[in-house]
This record gives sequence, structure tokens and C-alpha cells, in this order.
Amino acid sequence: MNSEQNAPDTTSVDHFVQQKYRHGFVTDIESETVPPGLNEDVVRWISARKGEPEWLLEWRLEAYRRWLDMQPPDWAHLQIEPIDFQAISYFSAPKSDKDRPQSLDDVDPKLLETYDKLGVPLHERARLAGVAVDAVFDSVSVGTTFRAELKEAGVIFCSFSEAVKDYPELVKKYLGTVVPPRDNFFAALNSAVFSDGSFVFIPKGVRCPMELSTYFRINAAETGQFERTLIIAEDKSYVSYLEGCTAPMRDENQLHAAVVELVTLEDAEIKYSTVQNWYPGDENGVGGIYNFVTKRGDCRGDRSKISWTQVETGSAITWKYPSCVLRGERSVGEFYSVALTNNYQQADTGTKMIHIGRDTRSKIISKGISAGKGQNAYRGLVRISKRAENARNFTQCDSMLIGKGCGAHTFPYIEVSNPTAKVEHEATTSRIGEDQLFYCLQRGISEEDAVSMIVDGFCKQVFRELPMEFAVEAKALLEVSLEGAVG
Amino acid sequence: MLEIKNLHATVGGKPILKGLDLKIASGEIHAVMGPNGAGKSTLGNVIAGRDGYEVTAGEVIYQGKNLLELEPEERACEGVFLAFQYPVEIPGVNNTYFLRAALNAQRKYRGQPELDSMQFLKLVREKLEILHISDDLLHRAVNEGFSGGEKKRNEIFQMAVLEPSLAILDETDSGLDIDALRLVAKGVNRLRSADRSMIVVTHYQRLLDYIVPDAVHVLSDGKIVASGDAKLALKLEDEGYSWLEDGGIKAVAG
Repeated sequence: MNSEQNAPDTTSVDHFVQQKYRHGFVTDIESETVPPGLNEDVVRWISARKGEPEWLLEWRLEAYRRWLDMQPPDWAHLQIEPIDFQAISYFSAPKSDKDRPQSLDDVDPKLLETYDKLGVPLHERARLAGVAVDAVFDSVSVGTTFRAELKEAGVIFCSFSEAVKDYPELVKKYLGTVVPPRDNFFAALNSAVFSDGSFVFIPKGVRCPMELSTYFRINAAETGQFERTLIIAEDKSYVSYLEGCTAPMRDENQLHAAVVELVTLEDAEIKYSTVQNWYPGDENGVGGIYNFVTKRGDCRGDRSKISWTQVETGSAITWKYPSCVLRGERSVGEFYSVALTNNYQQADTGTKMIHIGRDTRSKIISKGISAGKGQNAYRGLVRISKRAENARNFTQCDSMLIGKGCGAHTFPYIEVSNPTAKVEHEATTSRIGEDQLFYCLQRGISEEDAVSMIVDGFCKQVFRELPMEFAVEAKALLEVSLEGAVG
Repeated sequence: MLEIKNLHATVGGKPILKGLDLKIASGEIHAVMGPNGAGKSTLGNVIAGRDGYEVTAGEVIYQGKNLLELEPEERACEGVFLAFQYPVEIPGVNNTYFLRAALNAQRKYRGQPELDSMQFLKLVREKLEILHISDDLLHRAVNEGFSGGEKKRNEIFQMAVLEPSLAILDETDSGLDIDALRLVAKGVNRLRSADRSMIVVTHYQRLLDYIVPDAVHVLSDGKIVASGDAKLALKLEDEGYSWLEDGGIKAVAG
């Protein structure tokens, strides 16, 4: 199945004015950066610089060798200039890394200022919301809060590098078991050169006492960013994890290839929410982040659950399919997504729900919004394997078009190998109607407010899955992204 | 309040209004009747400033201002309200939220302080009481899944909250059964006031049994061809619109 629709011509909703990227500034912090290019020596340099054990270096090198034989994927509905992987620098860290800050007080004030500009005052946020924050600045984590409180609950929440040092057994046991290095081109690249990221471990029976949040921010020009996140929820545990990010303005395209691995054991649940607002490029399609992400959750235990919620408004190119492998009996996978593309942004995003265990359930709610010359594709796979008795999937896939130069595309793949499966797919494409807009205007509401109101309504099903604070932020983000969009 | 002079308008290049004159004093209700295709709905859309309705000649003076120079949302903020023939659904947007955004946009325009949610809720409760509308409309998305009657009632409810100076009711009776019609008419009557004028656009006389107009105009082929008092509507009811085509009469008693 494959349906495509380009926006029809409209009289009033047809031109777009550019909203400048609000988070565009570069923090002036000295970075230590390796020269551009990738070879075994670079991989060794990164590993040595991070003081990694031999097994991890070997793991990286093995991934690197695999990567050499792989090609970038070309099946997505994306138009990408070939990327010169030898022109990219693969490691950058703020200088202060050598004396790692022990608390927020030790953090470079300029860095904190950066977060302030983003409207994410760390301590404020932490104090008000009780959120522990593991802030990733470029490639190294620089601030972590609430460590003690989490420790008391037995929760481990730290940077990936720390986890390698402090909990090598856990890392070794789970790393690459959900997304193997050879999984795809970008996962292999990440495995070879990943810089840092987050590590979360929720022990048996523990409900994580707070929402865990990481703010990512790309800095240092022409530096690829290769995050690695690993979250493990043991039996009967629960965690809600928030990931959000913005990036400063620049002209060079920046490559970002993250890998996120989630593991739930019996009766465990992970709720993973993302708000992604990386620099999308300017109104002519110059610059912007290339975002190639591999996110996958493995419902290993019976009755476990993994829920992905994403709000994607940024990046020039988004290639991302947060997926669930429903291995355990009666395990549940969910995917809620809002993806917005404006100007020349392109997104090819969706999910994979792989039903393996019996009585597994999955639900997919995808909302794609295209404006300007944006191209938005939903690509989703629902696979019911042979032994997945009584598996159920429900997919709802809605597209909204704003203006006449954009496109929405839907590529659902359904593979059913068990006759007891029930798979439902609903898809709609609409555009912000002139009649809806006029209705709002006639009540005195400005065009901009009307558009964001209509879009917000369209996304409601997804927004309500986000933690409260994030939902507010997501709404604001959409408003910023669409401000001046119709006029 | 409102004076329309020699109004010509086209839709998609096709002339619809061809020299329409209309004058409405403060506090008056004027009915505009006429056969299908006469330009009744076009009149409402032109006054409200809908895109695609192009004024090619004439003027619309509203409270001393040239209405045609204003953007649609400015006209709304100046107190022009259009009750839609087909109210639009906005999925996922709460009806109360929508109305509060509208009211506050209008208040801001007029330099009045915006209402917070408590103040707004109080206002809404008062209006619901006046109109005898249950509050379940408040909790739903704008017009989504509303019955025809609910949609029309919601329009009148919005009008009650926004308190316009000029309201245009575009075929508010269409698609309503007699009970729903009575309910809507009752609401409209409660909103009659000395500083609020209304244009009631309708195809049928029956709405005017409940909303008694100060004047009735017959619109045919883009012009007012006859004007009179409420009795004119009854004549139309008896004789239909065909007599107009034979030259008709310019005015009936009144």
C-alpha cells in the first residue's frame, strides 16, 4: 500500500513567511576536537580519550569494520546530497571535561546561560518539576542533578561514559542487544564513534520517583553528534524518560546519528518522550541538522510495555523509526508521533511494531504536518510473526497540509504470518481548510493563532501522551515553528 | 449602524451582488429573503470579509467606518458577527477554549483586559442560563460531532458571549426541526437589544414567525427588489418568489 497526496491549490492559505530560528546562537566555549575524517585511529583515539576498557574498543572497531562495508540507506522518501563522512569531525568535548563538574555550581556559567536562553533553566527546572537532568553538551555530559535521590531508590541515571566505568557489567550485558552494530549504516557508525549519552537502570520492583530528562544540544561547528542511550527496566519497574533538544544556527549541515536502546523485563514499563527542535535550516533549505536515528525498544519480558512519544519539529532531514520488538507474551508497544516539516524540511519517520509473543498489542498514532515546501512521510511496519497468536495492531495515520507547496506521504507495510492477527489501519489527509481559518478569523482570532490552534487540535491525541510540562513545551514549539506560516 | 451603498461583488469572477443598497439602524432586525442564488449568503460573507468574495464597487459603512478596508478579524473585533449557515468543525479544539480565545482577542483589540478562565467561566454560565443551553457543549471540540441543531445553537451561544453590535444570521433556520428552530429563535430574541442590529438571512418565512423583523427585504439577482415590513414575508410565503420576476413591486406598505 502506498498513497501520496500533494497539497491542492488554495486561495488564502498559500504563502509562507519565514520564522527565524529562535534558538540560533553559538556558545563560545573552547572545544577539543579531532580533525575531520574517520579511520581506525580515530576510533582508538575516542576510546582512549574516554578511558574505555579493551572490550569496548574492540566492540567499536568491529562496528567500524562492518560500517566500511555498508551503504547509506536510499529507500526513504528523502532527497539528500551525498554526505562526505571523511569531512566530519567525530569528537568534540568542552575543555572543562578534564575537571568534570561535581554539581551545577561547577558548571561553566556560560553553558548554564545557554540553557537559560533556551528557556530551560536547569536548576529552576529541576527545582520546580523535580526532574533530574543529565545535560549533554556536545559530546560529553556536564551536569547531573538529583543523583543522590535516585541512588536511594536504586536507580542509576548517569552519562554513558560513567556507566562504562562504574557499571561495566550492565553495559556489557545489554549494549547492542537491541540495536546490533550491524543493524544499519547509521547504527554501525554510531557504534564505532559514539561519544556519550545517557544510561538508565531501574532495578526490580522500582518505580522511578521522578521523570528523567536529558537535554541535548549540539554546539561546535561541523561536529557530528553520536549519542548512545541505553535504558534497562528490570521486572515490575517503571520509568518515564524525556529527551529534548535545540541547536544553534549555522550553515554547515550537521550529522546526527543517535542510537537508543530500551529493554523491559517482565511487567516493566518504559515511557520515552522526545521533543526534537534541532535547527531545520533556513527558508531556502540551507543548513540544518541531518538526523538519522535508530531507536528501538525490546519488550523482552511478559506483560512489559514500551511507549514512544515524539514531537519532531526540527532538523533539515529526519530519518527515524522508534520501534518495539514485542517478544514477551502480552507485551504492549505504542508509538505516538507528531512530525512537522516547514520550508525545505524533510521527514521520513514512523515506527516498526514487531509482534513475536502471543497476545501482543500495538498502537500507532501518527500526525504529520507539512507546510511550506516540507515533505512529510509516514513509514510504518507492522509485522505479526508466525507464533504471535492473537496479536492486535491499531494504526491511525493522519496528515495535515498547510499551503500548496508541501507533500504528505504514507507508506504502511503490513506483514501478517498468523491468521489470528487483527490489524487495523486508518489514514486521513486534510488541509487546514480555508473555512476553518475563516471561522476563527470571523470570531476575532488572528490568522497565526488560528493556525496554531487548529494544528494543536490536530495533535491533541499525541500531546496528551506527553508529560504535562513537555506538552506545554511541545505546543509552544509548534507555534514557533508555524509562526508567520500563513499570511 | 450599517449602510451599504451600491454594493457589487463577485465570487470566482462571477458577479453575484449587483448594486445592493441596505440601511439598518441601531437595534433593528432586518430580514433578507430571496430565492436560491440571489446572493443572500454572499452578502453575509462580503460583510464579514471572507476571502474570495471580491467587492468590485460600492461601500459598506459600519459605525462610521469603511468596513471594507478592515481585515476579517478586525471586523469581528469591531463587533461584526456572522452566524454560519454551516458552522465549521475544528477537531481537538475545545469549544470553551476557542470561545475564550475569541473573546480575549476581541477584548485585547478594544483595549479591555483579557478574562482569566474563572472570569470567563462565570460569563459563560450566565449566558448559558439566558439561552437555556446545557453545558455539555462546552466540553466538546468546536462543532465536532454536533447535530445540526447543536451547531446552530452553538453559533447563537457564541454570539451571546461575544456580544456583537451587528450580527448576521445566515440561514440559521436551515436544517432545523420546529423545536430546534423555536429554541434558536428564542435565543436570538433574548439577544435583541437597542445597541445590536441583526440581519437575518433566510429562505423561508417560518423563522420570522419567531423572530419578528423590523423590516423585510427581498434580494433577487444581487439587488434588493422589494422592501417592507413583516407582512412582506407573509406575502412571499403565499406567493413565492416568482412574482418578482415579472417586474414585481418596489415596496409594500411600511
